[in-house]
Amino acid sequence: MNAVTKFTEFHAGTRLCLPAHPITGLAGASFKHEHLAAILSEGRQDIFLEVHAENYMGAGGRPHLALETIRRDFPVSLHGVCMSLGGPQPIDEAHLERFRGLVERYEPALVSEHLAWSTHQGAYFNDLLPLPYTEATLVRVGAHIQQMQDAIGRRILLENPSSYLVFRESTMSETDFLRELARRTGCGLLLDVNNVFVSATNLGRSALDYLSDFPIERVGEIHLAGHAEQSDEEGDRLLIDSHDGPVADAVWKLFEIVVERCGPIPTLVEWDSKIPEWAVLKAESAAARAILDRHAIGPMSGKVHASR
Amino acid sequence: MLAAERLVRDCGGEPSFAAAFATALLDPRSETPTVVTGPNEKAAVRRYNVYRNNVTVSLIDALAAVFPATQRLTGVEFFRAMARFHVRAAPPTSPLLFEYGGDFPEFIATYEWARSTPWLADVARVERAWLDAYHAADLGTLTPEALAAFPSDGLADAVFVPHPATRIVSSGFAAVSIFVANRTEDPVGSIDATTPEDALITRPGLDVVVRRLPPGGAMFLKRLVSGETLAAAAAAAFEASASFDLSANIAGIVEAGAFTAIQHGDR
Repeated sequence: MNAVTKFTEFHAGTRLCLPAHPITGLAGASFKHEHLAAILSEGRQDIFLEVHAENYMGAGGRPHLALETIRRDFPVSLHGVCMSLGGPQPIDEAHLERFRGLVERYEPALVSEHLAWSTHQGAYFNDLLPLPYTEATLVRVGAHIQQMQDAIGRRILLENPSSYLVFRESTMSETDFLRELARRTGCGLLLDVNNVFVSATNLGRSALDYLSDFPIERVGEIHLAGHAEQSDEEGDRLLIDSHDGPVADAVWKLFEIVVERCGPIPTLVEWDSKIPEWAVLKAESAAARAILDRHAIGPMSGKVHASR
Repeated sequence: MLAAERLVRDCGGEPSFAAAFATALLDPRSETPTVVTGPNEKAAVRRYNVYRNNVTVSLIDALAAVFPATQRLTGVEFFRAMARFHVRAAPPTSPLLFEYGGDFPEFIATYEWARSTPWLADVARVERAWLDAYHAADLGTLTPEALAAFPSDGLADAVFVPHPATRIVSSGFAAVSIFVANRTEDPVGSIDATTPEDALITRPGLDVVVRRLPPGGAMFLKRLVSGETLAAAAAAAFEASASFDLSANIAGIVEAGAFTAIQHGDR
């Protein structure tokens, strides 16, 4: 039993009202409303679609019709952006209840959130803000994850952040922090390979070392995305997790290394701004799928077929 | 370190990494928090500015998404400068960004550089109401048959149950015509901006509909929405406008789908 089957299953005893499209071994793309007609015109496809939960927290109207429509034909991953699990403040109960309602209504194949915070003292900042890795934050974030999992009745996948700086008070590595969170709460992990590359570059560390230390057996989904390039005060590269372009070659290479190690984990290509035509996203998703398929037989035999 | 500590305590809450990090996010005059650093003691200013930029730009983008006609009227640069002031003064209080900007029209009304376009705030009010209606709950509307079946001797004391999408915006300017002309990329013809227009926003199915209300119509609808009886709402509408046409207005609100049901009033 590998990570794929471990973290994509529905809870035993759950009665499905919607079709249980399997997500194992699939690649997918962010779902954007402007692509709905193009996606539907192509009929059934071997992909999954991921939505940002908050966009479907209105009472009714076209957003829900669109989500109902894609959910009938595709596995759907529900990706939360602003639960603020990483913050010191208590979880917003109303927001958690809205999230629970979405999980119940749409029975997503995957549910995920971020190791980050976005709300503080009543202000919502609409960004994934960083936190120090200490025993105190570990306890707090763990309690928040537990609270979310208890509320929605299933495990979540927690995504590693993209980093631009560090907190002086941090005492743990990010990989140790994530491993310990997963151990304490039973949550799975969403490994964002672009975030790994962005953080490693920005913090002057090795992406390969990070991946070696990452609790890969906990990974239930992988994210890929494009990034933008700036520079810091000393002229060193400062990468921005911008989700506004194709996946970088270096990120594809890291992705292949991950898949070689852990097999064909469901993989999503994110594209959230400067959104191109559906054909472009579909091609990125197909490129991810080709790598997954090369390693579909298993982590060991996959290596034999790894050469391009 | 002292400056950062002072900032943390100024927040009034429990001192935390989040308080220290958040204080400068929307305040360009504040210095980079000292709780963070670049790797190997590198400077953190540009690195922290990534977050500042993400927060400010994404919230301005959120307002631009809610108020596209307003942005078309002002031009992108003017809109983004105006929105930046508002984002810094009044960041969202909910993570649901499609609910953001409820007080942006009020801000526009007091925005010094927008005084030459006094209709701008009302156009923004129509846009905010449009998005409320877009996300409102899916409910059926009062049918002509249900209205016809209602006992005629009880009509005067009848009350109407508002549909969750229904919004009314009264304007001293041609807010509806300007809104309609600027929600597309098509060229805008000549509009007399000083003609007063009242808007009724409804969503009888999946599509939001914005209508101009006839004289007295806004008063009539506002009273009905607040739960007053048909007789009381009609009386208020006649007082607001001598040319108020009761039967045409009743037919109009049914056609627009402004209400879900008609009920006997309490009296």
